[in-house]
Amino acid sequence: MLEKRPQPSKAWSYATPLVAVLATMLFGGVLFAILGKNPIEAIGTIFWDPLFGEFSFYYRPQLLVKGAPLVLIAIGLSLGFRAGIWNIGAEGQYIMGAIFGAGAGLAFYPLDAWYIFPIMVIAGAFGGWIWATIPAFLKVRFGTNEILVSLMLVYVAEQMLASVSLGLLKNPEGFGFPGSRNFQSYDSGHNAELIAGSGMHWGVVAAFIAVIFAYVLLNRHILGFHIRLTGEAPRAAKFAGVNPARLILFCLGLSGALAGLAGMFEVSGPSGVVSIDFNVGYGFTAIIVAFLGRLHPVGILLAGGLMALTYIGGEIAQSQLGLPAAAIQVFQGMLLFFLLAFDLLTNYRIRAARSEVA
Amino acid sequence: MTTPLLSLQGLTKAYPGVVANDQVSFDIGEGEVHALLGENGAGKSTLVKMIYGLVKPDSGTMLLRGQTYAPPEPRSARADGIAMVFQHFSLFDALNVAENIALGMENPPAMGDLASRIREVSETYGLPLDPYRTVGDLSAGERQRVEIIRCLLQDPKLLIMDEPTSVLTPQEVEILFETLNKLRSEGTSILYISHKLEEIRTLCDHATILRLGKNVGECVPSETSARDMAEMMVGSTLQTPERSGREFGEVALDVTGLSVPSPSEFGTALRNVHMTVRKGEVLGIGGVAGNGQDELLGVLSGEILTTADAIKFNGQSIGKLGPTARRKLGVLTAPEERLGHAAAPDMTLTENAFLTGSVREGLESNGFLKWSETKVFAEKIIKAFDVRTPGPENAARSLSGGNLQKFVIGREVLQNPDVLVVNQPTWGVDAAAAASIRQAILDLAANGTAVICISQDLDELMEISDSFAALNEGRLSAPRLTTGLTVDEIGLMMGGAHGMEVAHV
Repeated sequence: MLEKRPQPSKAWSYATPLVAVLATMLFGGVLFAILGKNPIEAIGTIFWDPLFGEFSFYYRPQLLVKGAPLVLIAIGLSLGFRAGIWNIGAEGQYIMGAIFGAGAGLAFYPLDAWYIFPIMVIAGAFGGWIWATIPAFLKVRFGTNEILVSLMLVYVAEQMLASVSLGLLKNPEGFGFPGSRNFQSYDSGHNAELIAGSGMHWGVVAAFIAVIFAYVLLNRHILGFHIRLTGEAPRAAKFAGVNPARLILFCLGLSGALAGLAGMFEVSGPSGVVSIDFNVGYGFTAIIVAFLGRLHPVGILLAGGLMALTYIGGEIAQSQLGLPAAAIQVFQGMLLFFLLAFDLLTNYRIRAARSEVA
Repeated sequence: MTTPLLSLQGLTKAYPGVVANDQVSFDIGEGEVHALLGENGAGKSTLVKMIYGLVKPDSGTMLLRGQTYAPPEPRSARADGIAMVFQHFSLFDALNVAENIALGMENPPAMGDLASRIREVSETYGLPLDPYRTVGDLSAGERQRVEIIRCLLQDPKLLIMDEPTSVLTPQEVEILFETLNKLRSEGTSILYISHKLEEIRTLCDHATILRLGKNVGECVPSETSARDMAEMMVGSTLQTPERSGREFGEVALDVTGLSVPSPSEFGTALRNVHMTVRKGEVLGIGGVAGNGQDELLGVLSGEILTTADAIKFNGQSIGKLGPTARRKLGVLTAPEERLGHAAAPDMTLTENAFLTGSVREGLESNGFLKWSETKVFAEKIIKAFDVRTPGPENAARSLSGGNLQKFVIGREVLQNPDVLVVNQPTWGVDAAAAASIRQAILDLAANGTAVICISQDLDELMEISDSFAALNEGRLSAPRLTTGLTVDEIGLMMGGAHGMEVAHV
């Protein structure tokens, strides 16, 4: 039977992610064996090859490229989630950040100036911020549900993306193909790798800064204290003098700005162009990353890396071992499932049920 | 000697870290009103839960009319003629009386038959109640009638009542006692749990006193003084808080024409509340729970904003200021609900010390928290108020209710408030700690703090307050000097019998 611990267990809160990864490997291996693959080879392909395998020189930079937007978005989301403010529409804010950032950069084309990239960064953050402020404002003013509004705005953003790809931002020299000019060939607006071949671009730097910023905010600053307090005991937060409206505007706005930044760094760097199929679901996956990292900044950093690893490893396993894509998704699902399941042990302990004397 | 109705022999029940009941034995005779007396945490609830089949004892036996009695679940306890009225009502506000009663029955009869049986029973026992009224509209006393009638419909041999008078005005208590006396005269035994000694002295035939899970004595209440029983309960001589003759200063807090709509659906609206508290004065506010106490505290703490002029502190209008601004001025509050309102359950005591202490204790600079200073402040509270905990890094939820209460009150008292508003300051605290909390409040007042103490414990209010007012459906009666007030007058201020029909016995 389960018994509530008087204190959350420190040891278990650190051990949970490790135990969850091990359990996922075990049960995932069983799954792969049933599918007729060598389980050790499959697990090795997913977890080992991208990091230390023969072609790891190619995969390792990919880890940073894929992990950075996940971490950047998840950090923003985690602040809101901690306060019980549910921004589900990071995907839309990511798209708007890309559109605003790219739009600002392309407006200067073909000017060559040092200030273009910083302006794009600000524009990208602004695009995400304004898109997240819509649900925030509606919630504060009219009490609407931010989950629904932010989610619906994702689809609006996708339509806007299609529209600008085919219209406003379309490359005039693109021979009629949809999509904008490529930033990879516009130096002033290009988010290039800081060290060639490393995958390290400004978005990765921003992700690390966000992790440190969030850590300091949550542990040292009164705003972070109020965020945690609101999530854990809303009535106590009100008693402590927290203004809920201001907190909603801050949390949604900040998570929107970070998602917008992620979109802007992606469009001006690895992706290069604004196109109809620009977004690939980072905004939604980041929700999983945030929870996988237990809404803790350092945890999110590790979770973002792990998630990127299973993506890249999963792709290798698909192409090399012929594992079906669905099996990889089940594998990722297992990871989240085991994490949440073992998480129970942080607050509860298992005791052998004792038969009671009547 | 006749066989007792229920005989408990050596009942023991241990929970991890605490023995709730240790070898408890006593008998309840036929047609006897037996009091079970003890402080919070003495093990009264565990004991009755064992009798009612909610908890199984680790060892010991129970005999019902000489037969072994070991109910595996409440259903079989009810089948054996044991019924229980809980302290907290389990009624659905949106349903009517008959529907609520039908919900608790194994095989409810047709609604019409049930309604007529409810009428019949309610008239026999002098508990007038219309089966078709919606429970949400009933007063606390009337809700209790629903629970009692629900039990009486089973024709019980033993009726267990857990703190039945904590929600009643003195007049309502009298009506209840007439009913209980009638039940006794018909041969029903009653196990009556309470810590209100005067009630037990008027009603009960025998009393068993529990302390720390042990049966520490029995007495005949009508022949024992309340003080003696209290000392048996506590196990030591009681210290009465000292109140020195104080001079009152100028008016510190002035509330005029305060009206606030109910913040939630089942809350209470405050209606035209007037009161003034002078420096050094303790104003006691009594009243049955749910008559606007929470709302009044919210309005004074700044959680609920009003018109600016409705509340004045030293002449300054503060009705529109939030909690932080009021704390800065010196108006501090301690709400009734400890977990989730006064303190965040999963946060450490250090973090909870910061929760209200940040402004006045200077625990932040430029928005950054000073953790080491906060920890020192938390340790100071723990030491000054004898909070039993291994240290300030423990989560608030790991503390027992009484210990957390000491922490929450201590946190405000140590911040040197100019005005302190407390709601149920000693709720769930043992007698010795309650006395020290009351003493701390009186000491504050002696130093010139204006104190408002909202409480449902009339004895407490009589003990510490200089003037007394009562809340009744969101209206505050005109405050009167405490000295010379009689119980009858207090009862009338609290709303008398709440328009309840008097028992026709």
